[in-house]
Amino acid sequence: MYCLNDIALGERARVLSQRTSGGIRRRLLDMGLVEGTEVECVGQSPCGDPRAYLIRGAVIALRAEDCGKIAVKREEAVWG
Amino acid sequence: MGLTSSSVGRGAVDGGLVLAKRSESDRVVALAGNPNVGKSTIFNALTGMNQHTGNWPGKTVSNAQGYCKTAERGYVLVDIPGTYSLAAKSAEEEVARNFICFGNPDAVIVVCDATCLERNLILVLQVLEVTNNVIVCINMMDEAKSKGISIDFERLSSLLGVPVVGTSARKKKSLAALTAALDKLTDNPIAPAEPLITYGEAIERAVERMLPAAQAASTRLNPRWLALRLLDADEAFLHELNLFCGKNLLTDDGISDALRDAQAVLSENGLTDEALKDAVVSAAVKTAERIAGEVVCCTGEPYRTRDRKIDRILTGRAVGYPVMLLLLVFIFWLTISGANLPSAWLSAGFTYLESGLSALLILLHAPLWLRNLLVLGVFRVLSSVVSVMLPPMAIFFPLFTLLEDSGYLPRIAYNLDRPFKRCSACGKQALTMCMGFGCNAAGVVGCRIIDSPRERLIAILTNNFVPCNGRFPAMISLICIFFVGISCGFAASIGSALILTAVILLGIGMTFFASWLLSKTVLRGVPSSFALELPPYRCPQIGKVIVRSVFDRTLYVLGRAAAVAAPAGAVLWVLANVTVGDVSLLAHCAAFLDPLGRLLGMDGVILTAFILGFPANEIVIPIAVMAYTMGGTLADIDSLSAMREILLSNGWTPLTAICTILFSLMHWPCSTTVMTIKKETGSIKWTLAAVALPTLCGAVVCLIVASAARLFI
Repeated sequence: MYCLNDIALGERARVLSQRTSGGIRRRLLDMGLVEGTEVECVGQSPCGDPRAYLIRGAVIALRAEDCGKIAVKREEAVWG
Repeated sequence: MGLTSSSVGRGAVDGGLVLAKRSESDRVVALAGNPNVGKSTIFNALTGMNQHTGNWPGKTVSNAQGYCKTAERGYVLVDIPGTYSLAAKSAEEEVARNFICFGNPDAVIVVCDATCLERNLILVLQVLEVTNNVIVCINMMDEAKSKGISIDFERLSSLLGVPVVGTSARKKKSLAALTAALDKLTDNPIAPAEPLITYGEAIERAVERMLPAAQAASTRLNPRWLALRLLDADEAFLHELNLFCGKNLLTDDGISDALRDAQAVLSENGLTDEALKDAVVSAAVKTAERIAGEVVCCTGEPYRTRDRKIDRILTGRAVGYPVMLLLLVFIFWLTISGANLPSAWLSAGFTYLESGLSALLILLHAPLWLRNLLVLGVFRVLSSVVSVMLPPMAIFFPLFTLLEDSGYLPRIAYNLDRPFKRCSACGKQALTMCMGFGCNAAGVVGCRIIDSPRERLIAILTNNFVPCNGRFPAMISLICIFFVGISCGFAASIGSALILTAVILLGIGMTFFASWLLSKTVLRGVPSSFALELPPYRCPQIGKVIVRSVFDRTLYVLGRAAAVAAPAGAVLWVLANVTVGDVSLLAHCAAFLDPLGRLLGMDGVILTAFILGFPANEIVIPIAVMAYTMGGTLADIDSLSAMREILLSNGWTPLTAICTILFSLMHWPCSTTVMTIKKETGSIKWTLAAVALPTLCGAVVCLIVASAARLFI
């Protein structure tokens, strides 16, 4: 089982489930990060954390801690 | 267009909202939408107002109202904070949700970002559960077109059952369709339609059980929506709901029976609280996905190659931080070198005016004391505030605003999130810190975007460590006078910019230190989560921003000069001329504060100036200089070289300048900011803490610097 942190820069994945809780859970759901959503890692901050993800057409910065709780299925790598 | 006069200073304080209809036929319309979709831009275009806008999520944190007249009637438009959903998590989202749900608007315009319609539709669907009188306004059509996105409005309108219009808010003409739709909608309200979101069998059955009781509970709320919210059982929301209905719904017999019944249905089907919440949101997301799939046709890339390239530089591993630093130096350099010329002009102009004013007063046979009060007190302080402080303020402000409009600010938060997390704080604090450069009061209100109350309080308490627009012109003057010379050549301005940047970095360092200290002591806790949208880069409307904010700033500073600096000048003159036992009050005051001032590397006069500068930071240095000259020497104090003479002859050394700069960086917030902190925290204790924290830090740092200098030099 992979989590969002295992996805390399430029790689795409599909969300299987998320185990976050509290405010961030609702926030992520509201931003459209539900089961089956396609996510692409599109960048990282100078410290390597947080990283930026393309979710439903918007670029969203997320911390590694939260991404560790989002299980994903990897899809074909798209480099660009 | 960035910070405006109405979003800083006293205007930053959120005084609540009282809707002001001009006539009975006026309608109330809410402007809702996701963060950063251009609500405020539309609001400004429709109302002709000047609400703070900027390219980052979360800059509107309170409701603002404006008036808009169309062909048919007048509308009170309410610009509410952006929100991703009606399930609020932060203070600013609560403001938004409460207005849509309980504010009883006649219509809601949900503004959507055309480049990201699918995600925006989630909120549209949720609002449609509350009311049918909705107009979907798809904004940023110009941007969508350039990204190769096309949207079938007719199809979308028939799927949603409400009018859909496309706009590009920066082009005012494109808003005609919106006002036409508004007139049509308020003439013929939309009839209730079949719900768009269906929630799966178990939840639907539970809702059905709730419906009769929900219908009975309130006539003004949509029963299906109310039923779902009662099942959802969010505590803060129930509280609002009870306030709205004027009774505790959960103790209502009909409701509690129905709720028990419905909950039994849910648990039979294995739906826990958490699972229910997930299912409710997921249903909205999936419906949005389905609808977007039918109406949006995208041929381009959502995250453009151009943005990717810029991000690789501005947030890159190796270059992200250096670029941030260079940008800071560059902005300060522009401010410093740009301010010299207008400063000199203003100073010359005021000297000329002063002799005119003196002559006029003599002509009017004004008594000597009045002449001195007006000229030496009021006019001198006023003119030095305007000539020395205004130019850097009027130049920095638009530069900051351009940065804000470009979309860089959220990237700063993104870059700095890790260091802030180390201090158990939130990266969004970087956003509020940046706002602090413009105005600390605006920065404090901006802290509403931080979800966790603990992290928000940390951000509020530490906001004052970045010097606002009113404080760093004083720093610039002192740096020029004591460290790089007032020749104002290219090298000198670069030198000043570098020193000023070092001072700012110290302030930012102190922000980190204080945040760390707070989260290890009184505000203990672990860092919460962070989810921040990084908007596409947009080219700011450069000409408009510069004209607007230079104008704004100039008026603002002039207004403050009249309201604060002039009375302060009068008070100062009185203090200097009323004597008790042969010594003026000012001298008494300065003498009293002198030991403390000396201990901190300054003197009594400077401390007195800091105290008199409580209403507005920009008057501190002018007041100090004035206080020195009150003895009677008639010197022109509007120019830096004159200031230099006065300061040097009153015993200033580079050490005094360093300590004054440090204390200016770290002392109590100005009165407006203190008022705002009181309002935002709702607690006298935390307000006092916000005053004490920077003051103590400043005192300790000055003490260390002064003692060290005395030991080694």
